[in-house]
Amino acid sequence: MSLLQEPIAELARRLRRREVSAGELAQASFDAIGSADERLGAFLRTTRESAAAQAEAADRRLRDDPDGAGPLCGIPVAYKDVLCTKGVETTAASRILAGFVPPYSATPVRRLEEAGAVGVGKLNCDEFAMGSSNENSAYQQTRNPFDLGRVPGGSSGGSAVAVAARFACATLGSDTGGSIRLPASFCGVVGVKPSYGRVSRYGLIAFASSLDQVGPLTKTVEDAALVLQVIAGRDDHDSTTTPAPVGDLRELLHAGVAGMRLGVPQQYLEMQLDPGVRAVFEQAAAGLEEAGATLVPVSLPSTEYALAAYYVIAPAEVSSNLARMDGVRFGPGFAAARDLTEAYEEARHRGFGPEVRRRIALGTYVLSSGYYDAYYLRAQKVRTLVAQDFERVFQEVDALISPTAPTAAFPLGERVGDPLAMYATDILTLPANLAGISGISVPAGFAEGLPVGLQVLGPYLGEATCFRVAAAVEEQADVWRVLPEPEGPG
Amino acid sequence: MAKLSRLARLGLTPDELAELETQLADIIGAVSKLSQADISQVDPTSQVGGLTNAMRQDEVAPGLSAEEALANAPTTEAGLLRVPAIQ
Repeated sequence: MSLLQEPIAELARRLRRREVSAGELAQASFDAIGSADERLGAFLRTTRESAAAQAEAADRRLRDDPDGAGPLCGIPVAYKDVLCTKGVETTAASRILAGFVPPYSATPVRRLEEAGAVGVGKLNCDEFAMGSSNENSAYQQTRNPFDLGRVPGGSSGGSAVAVAARFACATLGSDTGGSIRLPASFCGVVGVKPSYGRVSRYGLIAFASSLDQVGPLTKTVEDAALVLQVIAGRDDHDSTTTPAPVGDLRELLHAGVAGMRLGVPQQYLEMQLDPGVRAVFEQAAAGLEEAGATLVPVSLPSTEYALAAYYVIAPAEVSSNLARMDGVRFGPGFAAARDLTEAYEEARHRGFGPEVRRRIALGTYVLSSGYYDAYYLRAQKVRTLVAQDFERVFQEVDALISPTAPTAAFPLGERVGDPLAMYATDILTLPANLAGISGISVPAGFAEGLPVGLQVLGPYLGEATCFRVAAAVEEQADVWRVLPEPEGPG
Repeated sequence: MAKLSRLARLGLTPDELAELETQLADIIGAVSKLSQADISQVDPTSQVGGLTNAMRQDEVAPGLSAEEALANAPTTEAGLLRVPAIQ
């Protein structure tokens, strides 16, 4: 059995007992990647040299100061390619950033490095994190390890696959409308979308700045809490990070759900859900009830407008954020251009794939004079309604539970030609981004051999509560040890 | 559509414009559902989390050198970015 099948806390114990070294864990990671990633396509690039140096430093630290070194010291991790890594090419899976080598690291990356984690590489995703299937990467298709003919989910598909295939113990992703929780659900791993402002966005290549959050993907809920503990907290480089203290995120991990009130959003269950997904959810919900929680049907009436509001607000922010991708300061440049406008057009036409163009065009449209009030301003007001729905129900319940997505992983190519069908994939996850609240997807079971995640939504800064409920689901479902045995065309 | 492409500097070809026009019409049709929401009683939300005016001391701190900042630019000259002329 792979060493990387063990939870982080267990590996931390073994590292301290000298039963294993950080160098051996890094080697186990590269061995696993070498034997299976050609089929799965999770990594855009691996970082053997810097990993060797980081592992050596971690081993030294574990030897000299085992009590001072935190639980992530010596643990192999990997980063979604929208997170800047100093000295390591970072492309956001886009041609327009081919060859971009950041002069600094994103704060969450830097904090993991300072904690002694060993970065083994950069992970594939949808271009600029725009997509729900990883089919929008300009470089390669990442495949679902449970069925190679299916998508891993997106946009943090590589991040989910790298954990599911035990290439790394933890990865970082980013979640703008579900981009951590959705692939976590599709690949049978844990994925956390922290509350807006809980984790610094410094060095995260921006998609939609008022919605983006960086978070961990891991095998277990406790592992996710350990990683979030390190990356969370105020950062002088991101003025939208909250000064509220992070607290001990594992505080409630073993508290159980007895006495908790868990809301079940009726509008979420009235949607067209795959029967297998519904069955897994109902079984998990019944398990929580048996464990002493009270299930409370709740209403989030603005849910029906959330998708529309999201697909106005997110593209609007895209059109503005991606204006900086002009080929002047980074990217492949513009050989043939006669003037500056032509240079911009050449760089952007060559550099952006279809989905990114679509969102820039849509965002430009909804922000243009004459349409601003009807679309953008109206969407921002609907955003208020969505947030008010959550505020109201969190006065009655401690957390909300639902499926993470209406279906399990879908076949490659199924939704590529139909942007609206692809957008609807995020219907159960994106309201949390609009409201800025905390959320997690935890493996709850399988439907026809494919993993199904349960989503827990907590109040703003309610991460510890999310972990508490998710830990109870994890214990009852008892599926996190299940390894993929991929079938289908490889 | 051609105007949008120009405004956003997308440089789309006529075929790409035609395809995008159809897709945008579908998406805009779908998001027009927003017109049914009752928004008469609410203010717009542009940012969540409730923070306003994050202030700090105005202190000098080390940053990137000009060399580092220009390292990824495709064409530079004498420590400056070089671009085609503005017409």
